[in-house]
Amino acid sequence: MAGYPARATVKEYSAFRLLVEGLRGHTGWKPTWRAVEPKPRYDVVIIGGGGHGLATAYYLAKNHGVRNVAVLERGWIGQGNTGRNTTVIRSNYYYPESIALFDMSVKLYEGLSRELNYNVMFSPRGMVIAGHSRHDMELMNRWAGAMQAYGVDVGLISADEVKRRVPALDTKNKRWPVWGGFTQGRAGTARHDAVVWGYAHAADRLGVDIIQNCEVTDFRKASNGHVVGVETSKGVITADKVVISVAGSSSLLAERAGFRLPITSYALQAFVSEPVKPVLDVVSWSLATGIYVSQSDKGGLVFGGPLDLYNSYAQRGNFPTAIHAVGALAEQYPSFGRVRILRQWAGLVDVVHDSSPILDETPVPGLYINCGWGTGGFKAIPAGGWVMAHHIATGKPHDIGKPFNRKRFENGRLIDEAAGAGIAH
Amino acid sequence: MTQSFRSASGGLVERGRTLKFRFAGREYEGYEGDTLASALLANGVRLAGRSFKYHRPRGLIAAGPEESNILVTVGQGGRRTTNLRATEVDLYDGMVAAPVNCWPSLRFDVGAVNNLFSRWLGAGFYYKTFMWPHWMLFEGFIRRAAGLGQPSTEADPDRYELAYAHCDVLVVGGGAAGLAAAKAAAAGGRRVILCDQDTRFGGSLLWCDAEVEGLRGRDWVDRTVAGLSTQPNVRLAPRTTAVGHYDYNSVVLLERVPGREGEARDGARERLWQVRAEQVIYACGALERPIVFPGNDKPGIMLASAARQYANRWGVRTGDRLVVFTNNDSAYDAALAAADAGARLIAVVDSRANVDAQRQKQITACGAELITGGAVIETHGDTVLKGVTVREGAGRTRRIACDGLLMAGGWNPTVHLYSQAGGKLRWEDARAFFRPDGVRDAIACVGACNGTLGLAAALQEGHEAAAFGRAGAPASPQTEEPAIEPLWRVDAPGKAFVDFLNDVTAGDIAQAARENFVSVEHLKRYTTLGMAPDQGKTSNVNALAVMGEATGRAPAQVGTTRYRPPFTPVSMASYRGRLRGDLYRPYRHTPMHAWHLAHGGKIEEFGEWQRPALYLQPGEDHEQAVRRECRAVRTACGLFDASPLGKIEVRGPDAARFVDLIYANTMSTLKPGKLRYGLMLNELGIIIDDGVAARLDEETFLVGTTSGGADKIAAGMEEWLQCEWIDLKVLVAPVTTDWAVINIAGPASPQVLAAVGCDFDPDPKRFEHLSFRTGAVGGIPARVMRVSFTGEASYEINVPADRALDLWERLYAAGKPFGIEPFGIDALMQMRTEKGFLHVGSDTDGTTVPADVGWTKVANRPVDFVGKRSLLWETNQDPSRPQLVGLSEAGGQVLAIGEHVRDPKGDKPTIGYVTSSGYSEALGRGVALAMIQGGRARIGEELVTTRSGQRVRIVEAAAYDPKGERLNG
Amino acid sequence: MLLIKCPFCGERDEIEFRCGGESHIQRPASDVSDETWGAYLFARENPRGVHFERWVHHAGCRQWFNLARDTVTHEIRSVYPITAPRRGPSQ
Repeated sequence: MAGYPARATVKEYSAFRLLVEGLRGHTGWKPTWRAVEPKPRYDVVIIGGGGHGLATAYYLAKNHGVRNVAVLERGWIGQGNTGRNTTVIRSNYYYPESIALFDMSVKLYEGLSRELNYNVMFSPRGMVIAGHSRHDMELMNRWAGAMQAYGVDVGLISADEVKRRVPALDTKNKRWPVWGGFTQGRAGTARHDAVVWGYAHAADRLGVDIIQNCEVTDFRKASNGHVVGVETSKGVITADKVVISVAGSSSLLAERAGFRLPITSYALQAFVSEPVKPVLDVVSWSLATGIYVSQSDKGGLVFGGPLDLYNSYAQRGNFPTAIHAVGALAEQYPSFGRVRILRQWAGLVDVVHDSSPILDETPVPGLYINCGWGTGGFKAIPAGGWVMAHHIATGKPHDIGKPFNRKRFENGRLIDEAAGAGIAH
Repeated sequence: MTQSFRSASGGLVERGRTLKFRFAGREYEGYEGDTLASALLANGVRLAGRSFKYHRPRGLIAAGPEESNILVTVGQGGRRTTNLRATEVDLYDGMVAAPVNCWPSLRFDVGAVNNLFSRWLGAGFYYKTFMWPHWMLFEGFIRRAAGLGQPSTEADPDRYELAYAHCDVLVVGGGAAGLAAAKAAAAGGRRVILCDQDTRFGGSLLWCDAEVEGLRGRDWVDRTVAGLSTQPNVRLAPRTTAVGHYDYNSVVLLERVPGREGEARDGARERLWQVRAEQVIYACGALERPIVFPGNDKPGIMLASAARQYANRWGVRTGDRLVVFTNNDSAYDAALAAADAGARLIAVVDSRANVDAQRQKQITACGAELITGGAVIETHGDTVLKGVTVREGAGRTRRIACDGLLMAGGWNPTVHLYSQAGGKLRWEDARAFFRPDGVRDAIACVGACNGTLGLAAALQEGHEAAAFGRAGAPASPQTEEPAIEPLWRVDAPGKAFVDFLNDVTAGDIAQAARENFVSVEHLKRYTTLGMAPDQGKTSNVNALAVMGEATGRAPAQVGTTRYRPPFTPVSMASYRGRLRGDLYRPYRHTPMHAWHLAHGGKIEEFGEWQRPALYLQPGEDHEQAVRRECRAVRTACGLFDASPLGKIEVRGPDAARFVDLIYANTMSTLKPGKLRYGLMLNELGIIIDDGVAARLDEETFLVGTTSGGADKIAAGMEEWLQCEWIDLKVLVAPVTTDWAVINIAGPASPQVLAAVGCDFDPDPKRFEHLSFRTGAVGGIPARVMRVSFTGEASYEINVPADRALDLWERLYAAGKPFGIEPFGIDALMQMRTEKGFLHVGSDTDGTTVPADVGWTKVANRPVDFVGKRSLLWETNQDPSRPQLVGLSEAGGQVLAIGEHVRDPKGDKPTIGYVTSSGYSEALGRGVALAMIQGGRARIGEELVTTRSGQRVRIVEAAAYDPKGERLNG
Repeated sequence: MLLIKCPFCGERDEIEFRCGGESHIQRPASDVSDETWGAYLFARENPRGVHFERWVHHAGCRQWFNLARDTVTHEIRSVYPITAPRRGPSQ
């Protein structure tokens, strides 16, 4: 198993090890994950080295003992949406199917740093959603009732309490006065890259091969139609099972495999300001403008808004959408007006009609897919990986993953959070 | 002793205008024309800031927006701006500025303790610890230690503007190449915008001793700018930075309007321009690279080109005893300029073994020593530079005392915007930089921005790009260009900084390489390199080259990170422009708005319209007012402003066929003069709107929609007609705001109508419910419909919007004897709730199909219509779906909207929720509607609310007048 | 920011328009299978490259038209009537 013991007697990363390495110039650190070339054959090949693909690999190895696994990444791991999102983690979803999935994910995040022996900086600092009309408040009461019934830690707060928790928010704004708020205490943020590197690190130490700069160009199928491998920029790799976990590029690989998905890829923009001293202690979200903002540990205000208005494979945003997002933030948080935007970027998000994921086997036997997370995939990385690993290893969908099948786009059994609860993802 | 480092003459400052300012608690003087940076240096201020992580003492390193050491806070209260680069702050009299990120003072900074522990605080240390017991325990400390400046906590009172412009040629950068381009474009009669981030045009001609067309560079600039400024087809935009390049040559510019930063001003502080240009010419120059050597961050060490700018542009000497450390020829001119400004040049340390003889001569002529094949391997001094240790070519080391060190590591063309535009870059080994590669339509890079460092060639490129509308000639190394031999890192012990602002060292990069963070993006994210407010302008190329050395790759193989907008930081408020407060989004008012306000109307926004929720009378609370209004309607008469109701005229020979397609129920059988209620679906079978349609004549329907749905439904109809049913001969005209709607409801309403006079018989027995009349009410032409959302005898009077207030006032006056009251949305919703009438958006959500609200038969309609096929899905016929029913609380209490209920005998945490609710004045108890799973089959069953445990019973939706007997008065 | 040549009004900034998504999708009759209906509603080409889509000049003439746009470069390759078959470079 390629070099490292599965379980070290001394934790590879700890305050003690840091102390020792500091004294000897950090020369003793091993690669966080190994740089390897692909073997000709694996039990499972996972396409896509984002959070979901790496988590799938980790849980295959950890939960199911399937360790002859390769993760193939076209560029560098985490280059897609995992490394481009605004890092919000929450489970305040409306439908029980969604609650089961996302709350599982939050629970896994809660123990993730120690599980992976890598600090992903999960920061359950709480989330406040501001409502701006009577209708908003009624809607929030409806969410709260459903979520509380299913055991999610949400609640309603007054406008004064919103102001106390989010002092920068102009609760008396002319056009968007705040009527009250909706909170989830366990919601928060994590360091997105660390989630990638943590899963990569832990999966690697269990024997998973993580292969970067390896683009999958086509699939190999047996005469019975079963997938038997992939063609890549590093040659042919055979595998019993193959997983597509590539978010915005899902349609392209599906086309190579011979089926079509209910996905449209859009650019979703995110923004970060220059670092400033702490001015915002929670994740704050406005129902009126759809703008959500938090402050990173480094001090940057990280925020985003709605999708760009037409489908795109360009990882760059459009200015009219930026005007809306930044302008609305400056209006709702007037003391941020002179804080300056440092960077703006975009991810390619895989949007399906009901904004819920697809976690399923494809029409090609042996080929699985994890996609359709749209704008909300980061928060679901641990659960997505866990559920997919179960499906692949056992051949049967995990109970929590079952409702998120492909067939719902034929039989209409959608799990439409945006429609049901009005929360955009 | 003020301005002791200012030369006796020279520079572009107005020595007659002395400005006093305070920095870090001390008072200084500068001149008009200074930046804060140049003024600080003129006063010999070396230690001017602290670094982000280790709080190391830092001084100015650059003279432009690439400055990566000295960030300051200026202004008070809502005008406090932080993280401003000292190089971009124009000095004014009375300015107060403070460095960021040091406490309690710049000289004694507690955070500097981090420097002692720096060996444990290297790249990514936080990923390896702080896991036990959990991150939140440590996060607070980290957050407080991080961040740079302290921003304002008050609202920014300044004004901002969004502006738009079109031109034939946008020239970005007003140096030699840009001016040449603008001049040529203007001469060709094209509309030109020339912008430059600096307060004045000229670029490097402001500080290089160059000659253009027989003139001193500076004079040529003055002449050219003067010439351009008189041409009507040229717009000059100094202080304006191009920050983003978007599709179709749409370039975003940030203009910093002249003014005293941090003080009140009359006009806008900043203006964000969106410019659409036929051709964009990037002439934005090049940025000099630092050299990565141990101790390279000590105050007193700066870029050679910066020292040259301070010397020539501001007449400021950056040290008394200077050493220069270079790997290329360009540093020699800088060294000579510094010497001219009064500094003593001690030595030039050139990493190259062979240096041009002419250069050698120049150096020795100043009495300085040239050390070839050498390197600076250590720097000395506590908080400011006192000396350097140099390793000579032969390996011998020696110490040289100095108070200034100029470093020159080569040049990076400013390719950021070209790269944002999708332009590819090419690495040139001989010149050691990335430059634009390939020719792109309508985008040209010229001069240093194109890698053309020689002046004559830059001028020619600029001219040609504009004159011939094409990219500059492919730049090849020219004799007038400075020769260079890359030196990416001096191999010696000690902290050698690559990213100064984020405190990233060559050692951090080596560690990242060991840990497999070898991709340039991983390097950036792991070490935070290039992510500070300077966005890596001075560090990126050095970093990727150092990483390349560590991993055996050439810079071209390592590649660059993505250049992302904005080029320099842009204030959030500038994106908002003047959209602020009331102006942020338009208000929609009805013609009766002022009347509502005058009569106690409590206005709220409903479906984008400002509407009265209720009318408050003296001494009343909200609930009392709503109950009074309901009472009036149920017993006498009420007046309701229904103007926002959507109204769409659908006309043509195929109008009847068309409405059959867009409604879930049949409309074509409607007789002229009659009305019918209908549901509209989307293709998924989901209810998206409802309303009453009137057939005006054989070929004309007036389709009524909800207030919020009016625009969407009209747009949707157009889409169906233009894109799908293109053969249908139908015209759609949205007429919502042409007609105001006054709803008069209640048993006395026929008498009130009669009292104002109408030319039809209003008697509800003869003017039947769900029919309409065209005629006149009070002499005003009207379309009157007998529809009711309250359950009472009711008339919706559609009149031209400009006549509505007149009629409203007359109806109100005429109704007074009958007890008429205006009523608002709250009373209306209350009355329709007790009637069990559906309200789309309250009782439905984006998952509700017709069967859920009792419309089970439309799926069997024999013809096709929008959404029909989806109704045939098994899931949409499932009897356990949520269904609209009534709920009755055991004690008559009012249930909260959104409250969930469960079956005490079942195990589901919730089986539905309250969609509409309120206190029924007519029934003397609470009434509610709810969506309950399988609800219609469970009428009579008892449930409990999930949170409050209230007992509720499932009942029919209509609680009041279930047979509808009151409709006819 | 796209510059779109409305066939009726000429070149205008994209903020005057709205994108209606993939064009040329055949609407099936209401007696088709779940699979066919689901494909009509949800399955999309979503190409990386030329996308044939429909737009409306919402803040102008309110007319719909088709265009072929590259989803990577956002370059508009052709604009053609709503009733016309695909026009422009093949993918």
